[in-house]
Amino acid sequence: MKLYKSSFNHISLLIVSLIMMYPIFWWVGASLKTNEEMSSANLFPKVPHWANFSEGWVSTPNFTFTHFYLNTFELILGVLFTSIVACSLVAFAFARLDFPLRNFWFAIMLVTLMLPTQVTVVPQYVMFSKWGWINTYLPFYIPHLLAGGIGGPFFIYLLVQFMRSVPKELDEAAKIDGCSWFGIYWRIMLPLVKPALVTVAIYCFLWNWDDFFGQMLYINSINHYTINLALKLFIDSQGSVPWGQLLAMSLCSIVPSVVIFFLAQRHFVEGMSAGALKG
Amino acid sequence: MNNAAIKETAGSVKLGQVKKIRSKRWETPVTGYLFLSPWLIGFLLLTLGPMIMSLYYSFTDYSLLAAPNWVGFDNYKQIFTDDDVFPKSLKITITFVLLTVPLRLMFALCIAMLLNRKMKGMSFYRTMVYFPSLIGTSIAVSILWKNIFSRNGFINDFLGIFGIKGPAWIADPKYALGTLIILMVWQFGSSMIIFLAGLKQIPTDLYEASSVDGAGKFRQFVSVTLPMLSPIILFNAVQTMINTFQMFTQSFVITNGGPVKSTFVYVMYLYEEAFTKFHMGYASALAWILLILIGLFAAVLFGTSKYWVFYENQGGKK
Repeated sequence: MKLYKSSFNHISLLIVSLIMMYPIFWWVGASLKTNEEMSSANLFPKVPHWANFSEGWVSTPNFTFTHFYLNTFELILGVLFTSIVACSLVAFAFARLDFPLRNFWFAIMLVTLMLPTQVTVVPQYVMFSKWGWINTYLPFYIPHLLAGGIGGPFFIYLLVQFMRSVPKELDEAAKIDGCSWFGIYWRIMLPLVKPALVTVAIYCFLWNWDDFFGQMLYINSINHYTINLALKLFIDSQGSVPWGQLLAMSLCSIVPSVVIFFLAQRHFVEGMSAGALKG
Repeated sequence: MNNAAIKETAGSVKLGQVKKIRSKRWETPVTGYLFLSPWLIGFLLLTLGPMIMSLYYSFTDYSLLAAPNWVGFDNYKQIFTDDDVFPKSLKITITFVLLTVPLRLMFALCIAMLLNRKMKGMSFYRTMVYFPSLIGTSIAVSILWKNIFSRNGFINDFLGIFGIKGPAWIADPKYALGTLIILMVWQFGSSMIIFLAGLKQIPTDLYEASSVDGAGKFRQFVSVTLPMLSPIILFNAVQTMINTFQMFTQSFVITNGGPVKSTFVYVMYLYEEAFTKFHMGYASALAWILLILIGLFAAVLFGTSKYWVFYENQGGKK
């Protein structure tokens, strides 16, 4: 009876997994199909058409996807660095320091967590364009440097939760030894919340990698295009869509996210649940 | 009691008061604000300031090219009385939210319950089920969807096996919104992981006690799982609702709002007004209406929560 039950569980989970993953498998298969084969129901083509990848990679006149990849990494690495520095500093203030209106500001920060971006996007755009930031990556770097941007308040919240669980005796001991607050932050807190910082880095990477709206708004010369924008250009510029190449390139565009996901699965689940449960 | 003793007690009371007052002072006011400053500057400059500006723009005819002129409630009046697109896109968006949120939560909860077992291979299944959510709102997944649901895409080929002639999905105003809903529901991963963590926190003795009392699986689900999980259901519902209202990339890439504006969701309308027509004032008014709308939905969820959300530490009051 028990064996019967557990195999029933396995079969149902296997079916669910298969349904969920089928479009992905199909994606991989279709990226190797020629345009004629595209509408056949076979998952994989008889002869893989690797040219989709090589031709897709150089399909944009004057630019290759290598260029777009490097652009995207330039954008993301800057955002990652600024985000981690700023959010950990602010989280330390909320978790450890004692200053007037602390709880008030914390509450405000939680409210901004739920604020739809549409309410601020128009004035932000006006501001950034007045400052000549259009077509640079500053509209991404600066908000993250100010602990905002995509996911900012969430990261602060996450780090506060982790920092609160670090025993206070540690910073008191350091204080007696004459350590400054910055020293406590830098030498004690940061090494201890490293797992949380990794979680923040992962989400920051994924969410910014996926963000299309912001990139479309602020970047308009091909020279600075990210992968997302290059893909959109690819769809728009072709009369009849070369599906094989398009799917091949879009598959390439998710490779970094997938690699990170498999390398850091544990952090992934922890971060997501911490957001909901520890609060 | 002699005088000395009274003096002493008075003194110690005084001392105590002084101590109390001292401990009320902030330990690190300056350092605190120094550490807080990135966020505080960001909040004032990039959130509060723009919010006030956006509210101001919504009462002007600002168009980015010319300076704003105060027009009072004209934008709002026009939106509610003299705008054909607004009610249509509002209806589409609300339909979208009302269908997506419950479906997504239902799937997330069902799969989370399937995954909440102590068996080998669970992390493998969890990975498989979560995978589609990983690529989230990226443009890549929208391209995939556009392809799968195209007239000759694999969905129709699959239906063809059973002799069903599928519709044109994305090109058919009746089904286009449906394909977007399926996409959103397919990516239920993050809600599922939160449910899973919540399910793991339900004490097993509750299930044991209820099965001693003769409760079946279904009864246990209704009387133990759902109440214990209800705070998390509320959290997920609010989160998903807010995100669904703001859906943009998918409809922009897959259907571009069409066909015949059947997937022209609210944020797409806002985008078009603001960044293709440069009606910044009008778009700001639309943004504030969206904010209020989301606020109303959240208020309904929170307001009704006292009837269906169960908090353990309130003495079991339901």
